Amino acid sequence: MLPLLRRDLTLATRAGGGFGLAVAFFLILCALVPFGVGPDSAALRPIAPGILWLGALLACLLSLDRIFALDHEDGSLDLLATAPIPLEGVVAVKALAHWLTTGLPLVAAAPLFGLLLQLPAAATPWLLASLVIGTPALSMLGAFGAAITVGLRRGGLLLSLLVLPLYVPTLIFGTEAIRRGLEGGSPATPLLFLGGISAAVVALVPFAAAAALRVNLR
Amino acid sequence: MSIWEYANPVKFMRASGAILPWAVAGAVACTLGGVAWGFLTPDDYRQGATVKIVFLHVPAAMMAINIWVMMLAASLIWLIRRHHVSALAARAAAPIGAVMTLIALATGAIWGQPMWGTWWEWDPRLTSFLILFLFYAGYIALWSAIEDPDSAADLTGVLCLVGSVFALLSRYAVLFWNQGLHQGASLSVAPGERMSAVYRYPLYLSMLGFLLLFLALLLIRTRTEIRRRRLAALIARETRP
Amino acid sequence: MSLLAVEDLAVARGGLRAVEGVSFVLEAGRALILRGPNGIGKTTLLRTVAGLQPPVAGRIIMDDDAVAYAAHADGLKHALGVAENLAFWARIFDGGSGDGGDGVGAVGRALAAMDLMALADRPAAALSAGQKRRLGLARLLVTGRPLWVLDEPTVSLDAASVARFGAAIRAHLAAGGSALMATHIDLGLAEARDLDLTPFRARPGRSHRPAGFNEAFA
Repeated sequence: MLPLLRRDLTLATRAGGGFGLAVAFFLILCALVPFGVGPDSAALRPIAPGILWLGALLACLLSLDRIFALDHEDGSLDLLATAPIPLEGVVAVKALAHWLTTGLPLVAAAPLFGLLLQLPAAATPWLLASLVIGTPALSMLGAFGAAITVGLRRGGLLLSLLVLPLYVPTLIFGTEAIRRGLEGGSPATPLLFLGGISAAVVALVPFAAAAALRVNLR
Repeated sequence: MSIWEYANPVKFMRASGAILPWAVAGAVACTLGGVAWGFLTPDDYRQGATVKIVFLHVPAAMMAINIWVMMLAASLIWLIRRHHVSALAARAAAPIGAVMTLIALATGAIWGQPMWGTWWEWDPRLTSFLILFLFYAGYIALWSAIEDPDSAADLTGVLCLVGSVFALLSRYAVLFWNQGLHQGASLSVAPGERMSAVYRYPLYLSMLGFLLLFLALLLIRTRTEIRRRRLAALIARETRP
Repeated sequence: MSLLAVEDLAVARGGLRAVEGVSFVLEAGRALILRGPNGIGKTTLLRTVAGLQPPVAGRIIMDDDAVAYAAHADGLKHALGVAENLAFWARIFDGGSGDGGDGVGAVGRALAAMDLMALADRPAAALSAGQKRRLGLARLLVTGRPLWVLDEPTVSLDAASVARFGAAIRAHLAAGGSALMATHIDLGLAEARDLDLTPFRARPGRSHRPAGFNEAFA
């Protein structure tokens, strides 16, 4: 499975791989928000955690259809399905590659963009912690949505419709952790829930996604 | 004779055709009866006449959840036992469930305006129903997006399974997020919290009516789906190389 | 010794059985060429043997991980070089012919066999259609799998390349492998036998186990 991970990372970073697009989208989104709600830092500060999480979530969503669509088009998916790797492993590796090339850069960029949105410095550790714990679930659930819609020609919009409701618990616990961290409450509880969701998603969703892929390969 | 016999399309068509008139008649009688009886009840001492919307609101909300559970059961039957009628029944049920969710949300808004002074509140129950509606929307969209019926049945089945888990998870996440101002369950087994019998019996009748209404609509829609698949099958057979 | 035994196989396409009652045995060192008019179900049968879709009825008896599958799409990544593409599949299939798992030896041999040595460092995007096809077929050599399942392998190959591919198959058969293929071109294989699928065309009608919606409701 390691060669597959290495290939996906290479492809993402070479020309046309789209590496960095998600972070650029994230930046644009964070830059547009003040135009919508006004430059007043008192107005920006309370919504900053939510905007950052939403921005990360939407940026992640944008690159989901690349997870399987390209491999489906050029026949690689057929060949991987006949390779000695279980399809569940292929799904897990591709979700991991998506997280490394999309989720992790978003996590790294979030504190910087937090400055733009007047996020208090005290919230930065909680922002980082919640994103690090939560974004793997976003990638894995996204891989599930991508596996379901891989055979569809115009699956992009449908993919969003299928995946976004699945993101609700992650988003709730992620932003709740930052809010509680800011208000001096206990962010440990939402972080634990977030970790539980991510762990369960990473452990179980590959089976559902592989089942969907098998249907689409028929 | 086992219940699985009715998974055979021909047998299902025969049996459902016999049940359908009774289901329609029962649905009309019970729904209209329950709602009409409900409107004849006295006004509530706190909520006044607005309480009468409960005879639409609660049955619709109940069916919104129950229809998803039925779809989950039908999807499991399809994925495990490969009964084609089961997959079509799940497909047929989804728009009914989505409409029930919309009715529950709309009647809730109409009730909430005089009671809470707002059409919409991000209350856990309201939010959960909105999320449930999104799951219905995704499920329906997936069915209509995939041309091959076999792939569509399998993929929507998997989506229904995963979606069920996340719908439930969202329910608890939303509770964690906001405690809300919706009143407690309308029908509770705990003594002292029960609705007065004056309201309870018309509500039971109305709920039975909505259940029968769902059954009637489900049978009609499943029969339509079966006929549509039969037509597609005949076309596929004629046009094969 | 037989590498593949197919018993009473029925396969479906578009929810209808395409062919049924197909039985054959493929011994090591032999090739079987499927014949029949367009749409009879050659591709479907090959995909079923490759494990990409389940059979409607019947059995396919072979070792696990025996199949190397090649179809119209070559599974090439344009951003990767020729040798890189091949090395990836060599690692995925674990090196092939026992060269310590790094696949370099096998990759070099495969490139030489398909006359791609001069192009080894070119990006795959720069190849012509015929060269891509040759690279796709070179992949078969690095898998180390005994049973080649080939769907129209000679599409877009010129006469010299067809001859070279014929030689590669002959070498594979001589080494104890076997091949199951659908092709319209005569590769001049003495080891090959033809199987005409026309007599196995499925009869329309209801069956005990319908292949899909189109049979269940016919």
